[in-house]
Amino acid sequence: MKICVTASNSGLEASVDPHFGRCKYFVLVDSKSMEFESIENGQGSASGGAGVQAAQQVIGKGIDVLITGSVGPNAFSLLSSEGIEMKIFSSGSVIEAIRAYEFGSLESIDSANSPGKSKM
Amino acid sequence: MKIAIASGKGGTGKTTVAVNLALALGNAQLLDCDVEEPNCNLFLGFDLEKQEDVTITVPEVDSEKCSLCGKCAEFCQYNAIAKLSSSIMLFPKLCHGCGGCVLVCPENAITEEKRSIGIIEKGTDEHFNIELLQGTLNIGEPMASPVIRQLQAHIDESTVAIVDSPPGTACPVIASVAEMDYCVLVTEPTPFGLNDLALMVDLVRQLDVQFGVVINRHGIGDARVEDYCRAERIPILMKIPNDREIAVLYSKGIPFVEQMPLWKENFRELYRYICKFISYQGGF
Ligand code: SF4
Ligand code: SF4
Repeated sequence: MKICVTASNSGLEASVDPHFGRCKYFVLVDSKSMEFESIENGQGSASGGAGVQAAQQVIGKGIDVLITGSVGPNAFSLLSSEGIEMKIFSSGSVIEAIRAYEFGSLESIDSANSPGKSKM
Repeated sequence: MKIAIASGKGGTGKTTVAVNLALALGNAQLLDCDVEEPNCNLFLGFDLEKQEDVTITVPEVDSEKCSLCGKCAEFCQYNAIAKLSSSIMLFPKLCHGCGGCVLVCPENAITEEKRSIGIIEKGTDEHFNIELLQGTLNIGEPMASPVIRQLQAHIDESTVAIVDSPPGTACPVIASVAEMDYCVLVTEPTPFGLNDLALMVDLVRQLDVQFGVVINRHGIGDARVEDYCRAERIPILMKIPNDREIAVLYSKGIPFVEQMPLWKENFRELYRYICKFISYQGGF
């Protein structure tokens, strides 16, 4: 199972960044082997639509689970139509988030829980 | 002659100045470009008639033709299109209508559809002898500029057009001020007023539009706005005192030039000043 955790830095010890669209890094972890890959969130200063871009990026990586703090409405539609499970974890490290997920103690994100930002 | 009335934030009396100036001149057009919250008509109470819808074009994907190549999503700078594993998803509110995705699609699967984002209304009144044009952006729509541009297309170049701009310094303000002959900046003589004024001055200078300042509620606050204008060589066009009679009329929704003939003359004088100023600049 491939799990993506939004983080403020690379690696398993990095702390979780709760904002999906605007986080610095995505840490992608294979929950079986615990092999991981950190990719930078390429949205930079995208004027609106950061969530869409972030969602496309992680969808392209074929993830099954996303662990983050909040997801905006556009990203939510994309992630949910790809059947990606979304879980809330907003403070702690990437590895702690993965453990909490495997333990089954994370709450699901069932609808967009951040207002998003699409104003120009 | 096209004059924009603008201010760095709401509540400075921008609309009051716009409405009173238009009324004092008569035979003028008043354009309410504060399309997220048009409020000129609160003072006028005209019966408005719908003129037209404001539409923007948004793409539509024909899923039969689409090969899911992803070129459209890659191209769109505004992230308004995303490619999923078995479909393309569109986010119309992020779309700027540039039409680029239509061009890059190798399967000709994308067509453009019109979507209404607001309306233009017009009202006239024989007693007041002005024409009000009002744009209203539909609730939840993020892009005010297309409504403002379409509203401004109704400007009759042979008369005077007074444009009530939206507050702030963002895109909608630029859309409403950029093509004007002159811009009147309305401010209050307070530290906040000064701060917002300075931001507006930077903006109109960048847009290369001539401008002057109207100080509203003169008498509250301090002299820093005046000092600033003097130092920057910005003309102070008018000072509207923090006067009880004006405040009472305002609270009743009555434009004060209607009840105070002296002020009608003051606003006409302000207009004459602007005309003279522009003709010196060779604009007219
Ligand atoms: S029209 Fe332009 S902004 Fe709209 S989706 Fe296509 S490429 Fe993006
Ligand atoms: S560019 Fe055309 S064919 Fe390619 S994914 Fe977009 S709509 Fe489909």
